[in-house]
Amino acid sequence: MASSSRRKMRLSNNLLKMKFMQRYLTEEAKQDLEQREKRIISDEHWYLDLPELAKNEALCVENVSFSTCEQLLFGRMSFHGFNPEVEQLCKRLNASQETTSEEEDDDNEKDISDAEMARRYQSVVETIGKKFQNKRQRSRHPDDDDGEEEEDDGAGGESRNKSRLGATKKKFLRPTD
Amino acid sequence: MAETANVVVLMPGETLQLPNSEASLTPAQELVLGPGLRRDDGGTVVATKAGVLRRRDPNVYWIDSHQKRYVPVRGEMVIGIVAAKSVDLFKVDIGSSEHASLSYLAFEGATKRNRPNLQVGDLVFTRLLVANKDMEPEVVCVDSAGRANGLGQLSGDGFLIHTSLEFCRRLLTPGCPLIASLSAVCPCEITVGMNGRVWLRAKALWPAAVAAALLERSNCIETEQMKSQLQNLTDCLANF
Repeated sequence: MASSSRRKMRLSNNLLKMKFMQRYLTEEAKQDLEQREKRIISDEHWYLDLPELAKNEALCVENVSFSTCEQLLFGRMSFHGFNPEVEQLCKRLNASQETTSEEEDDDNEKDISDAEMARRYQSVVETIGKKFQNKRQRSRHPDDDDGEEEEDDGAGGESRNKSRLGATKKKFLRPTD
Repeated sequence: MAETANVVVLMPGETLQLPNSEASLTPAQELVLGPGLRRDDGGTVVATKAGVLRRRDPNVYWIDSHQKRYVPVRGEMVIGIVAAKSVDLFKVDIGSSEHASLSYLAFEGATKRNRPNLQVGDLVFTRLLVANKDMEPEVVCVDSAGRANGLGQLSGDGFLIHTSLEFCRRLLTPGCPLIASLSAVCPCEITVGMNGRVWLRAKALWPAAVAAALLERSNCIETEQMKSQLQNLTDCLANF
């Protein structure tokens, strides 16, 4: 009688699987659930009941174009800037063919050289750097930055910083008679 | 199999003994049989054309022969002449046994409303999309990304020259002396199709005419002989 009532008291599997129930589960119950799921998956997993075929990969390609055999160039060419569009395209396609055959000099692939990239970022370093500063650092003058990193961590540093800011502020000068 | 000074000449039906058998090949060095060679059911390689056997590393074999009839191969770029227009197709003559079909939509930026303006007789530089011996060939003027990339109508006043397939291939080999000397003569544009057609365009009539004549004359000349002849010609043109 007592055992049957205990059986009734068990929570259903579907309920146990729910997310909010996960943290109340004991280790044992968790493992039990996992095993049950694994069994379901392996039962449902289907496979072809075929004898293993001997691997017979064809290492032969037929009906290949002349252009792949002889490694011919792209068909359109232009000289002395007669058709700039074709000239650029031709240069690009034929250059890519050369690099694929030799696998070297990947500088041609880059639109912007490393030097130019560095030059461009030089001017942006400060602007982007501001993003990572806090308010106090930002309010400081950029010229004071060097060698004053230790100021930031003490209360004294803060007051000194304030006083220096005050000193730079313009004050009303009382006229002397 | 006739062999003189490392040149192997094959006739149709002759079998070819490859230096390394297929069993010894690794996936990296697969055997590539180009035009003119075929493997029969037993795995032996048989020639289907009369010509000179060529080889390239690692394992590429093909037969080089003189030929004027174009046999379409998927992926090759050819110059076509628009032969007919129908509701949603152009019929294009690419020099093969059958006209190729070219869809209205196979152009860069073409939509159902915005149709390409091609007339019968216009030239198009196309790529073969379907080339099957049992089916009508199909050509397109776009790549897989929908960009033209040099394909499309060949507009402007130019010359179309019909030559042999072999000569077109010679023009397209890297470092061809003929192309180099043509480029030295004047600003011009050359389009070479794999189907034995060459289209030339220059600013004025005479350089194009000279170049066209040059191409037709050098059709049957070896590359080495070509160099000396070209030198004479470029000297003449410099004085012109």
